[in-house]
Amino acid sequence: MNHFIPPFNFHHVFVEPWAQAGGGFAWIALMGFLVATACGLVGNFLILRRMALVGDAISHSVLPGIAIAFLVAKSRSSLAMFVGALAAGVVTTVIIETIHRKTRVKQDAAIGIAFTSLFALGVILISLFASKVDLDQECVLYGEIAFVPLEEMVRVGGVTLGPVSVVRMAVVTLLLAVLVVAFYKELLVSSFDPTLAVSLGINSTVVHYSLMAALSVVVVSAFEAVGAILVVAMLILPGATATLLSQRLPVMLGLTVLHAALSSVLGIHLGVWLNCSLAAAVVVAATVLFMLSWLITSAGRHGFRMVSARTENNNGAETTPLQG
Amino acid sequence: MRPEAPISFAPGFSRLSRAAKPHLPCERETLCSSLRRHSALRCLLPHFLSAISYLLLCIPAHAARIGDISETSLWNQAFRFFTFQDPAVRYALLGSMLLGISCGLLGSFIVVRKMALVGDALSHAVLPGVALGFLWNMSKDPVAIFAGATLAGLIGTGVVHLLKQTTRLKEDTALGLVLASFFAVGICLLTMIQRLPTGNKSGIDKFLFGQAAAIGPGDVQLMGVVTGLAVVVITLLYKEFLVTSFDAQFARVSGFPVQALHYALMLLLAFAVVIALQAVGVVLVSAMLITPAAAAYLLTDRMHRMLLLAALFGLAAGALGAFLSFLGNNLPTGPFMVLAATAVFGAAFLFGPRHGVIARWWRQRNRSARTQRENTLKAIYHVLEARDFQGEGVSLRELAERRRETLEDVSAQAAALRANGHATLHEDGNQVFLTPDGWQRACAIVRNHRLWELYLTNEARVAADHVHEDAEKIEHVLGEETVRELERRLGNIAHDPHGRRIPDLAEMRRGTGVAVTEKSMGYGQDIQGHS
Repeated sequence: MNHFIPPFNFHHVFVEPWAQAGGGFAWIALMGFLVATACGLVGNFLILRRMALVGDAISHSVLPGIAIAFLVAKSRSSLAMFVGALAAGVVTTVIIETIHRKTRVKQDAAIGIAFTSLFALGVILISLFASKVDLDQECVLYGEIAFVPLEEMVRVGGVTLGPVSVVRMAVVTLLLAVLVVAFYKELLVSSFDPTLAVSLGINSTVVHYSLMAALSVVVVSAFEAVGAILVVAMLILPGATATLLSQRLPVMLGLTVLHAALSSVLGIHLGVWLNCSLAAAVVVAATVLFMLSWLITSAGRHGFRMVSARTENNNGAETTPLQG
Repeated sequence: MRPEAPISFAPGFSRLSRAAKPHLPCERETLCSSLRRHSALRCLLPHFLSAISYLLLCIPAHAARIGDISETSLWNQAFRFFTFQDPAVRYALLGSMLLGISCGLLGSFIVVRKMALVGDALSHAVLPGVALGFLWNMSKDPVAIFAGATLAGLIGTGVVHLLKQTTRLKEDTALGLVLASFFAVGICLLTMIQRLPTGNKSGIDKFLFGQAAAIGPGDVQLMGVVTGLAVVVITLLYKEFLVTSFDAQFARVSGFPVQALHYALMLLLAFAVVIALQAVGVVLVSAMLITPAAAAYLLTDRMHRMLLLAALFGLAAGALGAFLSFLGNNLPTGPFMVLAATAVFGAAFLFGPRHGVIARWWRQRNRSARTQRENTLKAIYHVLEARDFQGEGVSLRELAERRRETLEDVSAQAAALRANGHATLHEDGNQVFLTPDGWQRACAIVRNHRLWELYLTNEARVAADHVHEDAEKIEHVLGEETVRELERRLGNIAHDPHGRRIPDLAEMRRGTGVAVTEKSMGYGQDIQGHS
């Protein structure tokens, strides 16, 4: 029990990791930041559209898609994984819609049935082919972000860019950021006022399915780093924190990126200190940041309420004599 | 510590428990050796198929798994497994069945209350409680883990409630947030436990995907107590739970303690989730709540039957999942139970007698075939009527002209009439003759149609040129009762709004081909005359 929480040593936790040869730690921090940013950008729109649990469902149900893609393509080819995951995402949506439309089972139960079944199928495939699929149950649960620096480096024209998955995640994040900026108006309008979107000629079905496709791609590229379930946290926590702190979408998106950066760096240090799963530690740090902003905003609101109550009283006190 | 079971049920998670993974790049050498297994990637679909058949057909090599018994067939193994003969699997099977019952019962309430995803959040939120319960005295003490997990689950649902009340986050965001952050805290604690010297062999990792073999006598006792409690509470408070689940407003007005009942249900739900953890695992336990109950929901409209069916399905899924994971080597139990439950749901979805997809499709098909036949009969009546009921046979050509369809379509319809005994065909196949049965049916349809038109114009004051479309639809579904009611209300029912005669009872009885000239009495007047 004494060894459960290791003693805190500032030098060990905050200095040593950065001083390591090869800069491995920086890659991990960068990967965490990229994953959290990409997920957070998509997650913001999911939260606005009240589809947070669809994110949950998709992140679970891409698992059989990834497993089958591994079996068929025989390698960790990015293309096969994206195709498999997109197919699994589409299958999930179709199953949910079929159950929901054809029977009297409500949508929430339909979501629950669809993603648990697909996830179970994925786990069974992975356990059956544990030696052949380069995946295992731990990876499914909480990823392998610590192994990022060990991957082979991508070199373009003699310049070393970085580990494969970091480069891939960077491409996905950049692409996502560009898309969000380019289609900002469409996303904004269709998220807040679908009727107005229709009257402006924005095809909300296309927006919806593009968002779902972006979600699938982000989930797959983040999957190896943080696993299927912690992706849900990455999707929801940055957006939820930003929602508490601001009411304006551009500010929210900025806060999302800030939250991603803070939780990634702080989380990895937390993981080093406690010697636990780094991905889970990043999520714990993100949770702590969320709780801080929750406390601050509710304390702020409470304080505001007290102040306004006092001014009301003062006003009352001032007006009473006049009335008298 | 329980002694090792004599059979190897399924080791599962061996890698996870063998050593906690180092997470720092400084331990690079050890990582490199164990990490990248790219070279092992050479599997293809054939492997997949062979593994499935291997799993299902159970190759004799597995026979030695139940003790040292020499049965080789799947059926013998199944027989031994399900008859509780082997002490080692007895607890696993019993536990799986008990958890199926309690999950099915409580899942029914969350499904009808549209709270399915609350069950999901609750089941993920228990993980830190499991870890803390384990830390209590560094062993898998069922009671400590039960207490810790229940507490964590209740705190999780409390936080969801608090988030909804104090912030502008919506329910789905709050649920997802609690689910993921509690789970992350749990994973942190779990990886820290595995780093400890004793944590390595603890088997705490079995709580993630479940391992029925890890169920011991203590667990089964606890499961029995919880399942018994759930049954007793639901039986005693059945009426209260029923009313609050289906009509909370009415329950509040009637003075039921709605809030207290809600908390009681949440507590029982947390209990059910926690006892299922060992066998199903944190990740998938919500499926055992949702799927059997949703399957039961498709099969019945009564809550007590739904509870019974859901408990039964849960029990079956639990037992089947435990058996399947026991057949395969090194496989976790939870996913199999979930897939067994999904299979039950799939069967209910397809074959359910009332709400099943096939039954619905069949009913729809029968209905449209009947409508089609009735339309043909009506067309034959119209042809006969147009020539004042002279002659009995109607040629397919006349019929095709009347219905504005091709000769092939009409002859197919005539064949359908003959198959149902409504008509006979002349040898050369060009003439249709109605049987007495067919004649009666044709008269009834035309009568329905014209009575409804009359009703719409006389009683509902619809213009005469607007009534035909509506009557086209309703003529097929007017029951005897409605027809009597129409006759009673309409009084004079000799002619429809377009001036054509409405066939009456006498005409129906008289059979085909008889020109009716005298004004005859309808049903309604007949009945009124007698009463």
